[in-house]
Amino acid sequence: MSTHSVGHVTAQSARFDEPLTLKSGAVVPAFDLVYETYGTLNAAGSNAILVCHALSGHHHVAGYSDPERVKETLGWWDNMIGPGRPIDTDKFFVVGLNNLGGCHGSTGPSSLNPATGHPWGADFPLVTVEDWVQAQARLADRLGIDCWAAVIGGSLGGMQALQWTIDLPDRVRHAAVIAAAPKLTAENIAFNDVARQAILTDPDFHGGNFYRHHTKPARGLRLARMLGHITYLSDDQMAEKFGRKLKGEGLAYGFGVEFEIESYLRYQGDKFASWFDANTYLLMTKALDYFDPAHASGGNLAAALAPATAKFLVVSFSTDWRFSPARSREIVNALVHNGQDVAYAEIASSFGHDSFLMKDEQYHAIVRAYMNRIAV
Amino acid sequence: MTENAIALGRPDFDVISGWVQPNERVLDLGCGDGSLLKLLIATRGVRGWGIELDNAGVLAAIGNGINVIQSDLEVGLSGFENGEFDHVVLSRTLQTVRHTQRIIEEMLRVGREAVVSFPNFAYWKNRMAVMAGRMPVSEDLPFQWFDTPNIRFFTIADFDALCAAMRIVVRERMVLDDKGNTVKDEQNFLGSLAVYRLARG
Repeated sequence: MSTHSVGHVTAQSARFDEPLTLKSGAVVPAFDLVYETYGTLNAAGSNAILVCHALSGHHHVAGYSDPERVKETLGWWDNMIGPGRPIDTDKFFVVGLNNLGGCHGSTGPSSLNPATGHPWGADFPLVTVEDWVQAQARLADRLGIDCWAAVIGGSLGGMQALQWTIDLPDRVRHAAVIAAAPKLTAENIAFNDVARQAILTDPDFHGGNFYRHHTKPARGLRLARMLGHITYLSDDQMAEKFGRKLKGEGLAYGFGVEFEIESYLRYQGDKFASWFDANTYLLMTKALDYFDPAHASGGNLAAALAPATAKFLVVSFSTDWRFSPARSREIVNALVHNGQDVAYAEIASSFGHDSFLMKDEQYHAIVRAYMNRIAV
Repeated sequence: MTENAIALGRPDFDVISGWVQPNERVLDLGCGDGSLLKLLIATRGVRGWGIELDNAGVLAAIGNGINVIQSDLEVGLSGFENGEFDHVVLSRTLQTVRHTQRIIEEMLRVGREAVVSFPNFAYWKNRMAVMAGRMPVSEDLPFQWFDTPNIRFFTIADFDALCAAMRIVVRERMVLDDKGNTVKDEQNFLGSLAVYRLARG
């Protein structure tokens, strides 16, 4: 089947002037959301898909932003979305946005606080997955979308899809919850906190107000990303890709880069620290930690999911140890318990948590088959 | 056989259809592409879920709009609570399962009733094949001995004995010959396929 990219895309921005009260009680007086759209919204408004991003994602989901640098500026899920691709833009109108608190143009800690004229920094309130759903619903209103044909996301994005079905059940017909979990474990939170500590203890962090010191906690953010990156990969994949391969000729008996894996992680850390905002990273990891829709019902996930009327696709990956298949099965079991519609695929993949971003034949076939079922 | 079951070549599906009621919750173990569930949903109005391990089966079931859950059969049931389903179906698969008693126990834990169908090894044509010195290959045992997924070979009489030993009540039993016709007499001799409706005693 011939498939191609949605091509050159340009981001748009929507301004929301009505204050948004967050779960924490804090109020964001006004905010901008940056988004991209692919495909065409049909007259009935029944073919809209919301793609929610994960920890370090953003609105640029598909296509390229610079025709001169197509490869370098491809969206983070370009292999999934486009004409003839599993999420087919010939059929669907796809919306990707940068969440509130992000660092890609939507209002977040690095945006100017109109009250002070300085970046929000430490004053930007922590947001939750529930808050994102509310903000996303405002964007849906703005775009004339009463009900999403589907809300789709991987990892933290999958958690948003799940939250949509609980908070606004009559505004979402299908949810694709990919490589996600119904809540973080102590181990997940522990990894996040070590990452946060790396940032918070960087002398350049300045309590979150590093912007006014014209610096940024690059060392902390780099470490945070290195740690996070390890949890996105699988042991198998690391062994295969790097093993104990050395960068140079033999051991140097020092603390420089000796093993290939060290070189790789440092490179990933440096690259990430050069473009991502440390406060957004902190905020995103907190949103992950706080996510626990079953908390209000005493830990009973089925009770939490009971209001959902959407049909679900749940997908997990065999080597994902961050959010393992067993975590997805918790969601599936709760849905089955409620008598809700759910299809679940466990994809054999060697790429760990990052598998959800990869082009895998079975994975893409499953998403395609499910999306084909959705009436528009 | 109904037209649907004829089209599918699965006379046991008709028997199973007759045992489920509208709005019941049905779990089909080893559901493949979801043909049985699709039939039960269309003709009986049940709410259905299936468990399937094979990638191609899962993909086909999703294409058929079935609530398929990709999982190993023998671990797949452990996540479900007691009595979540009205019927748990295991059609033509029991003979491929290693832990026979455990799967039946699990089916009757998560389901009010279990429906099990299996090829009867004591069917007269199978006996003839063995008498002639060869392992049987038939409509209901369609594999050569060297590539069969079947690991348990048992008869209607064997299964009755197991149910008795496990204190499981046989609520109903339908036996079919290799043309899909109902067999009333000498079932362990004249029956090629048996379909049981089981419950806890």
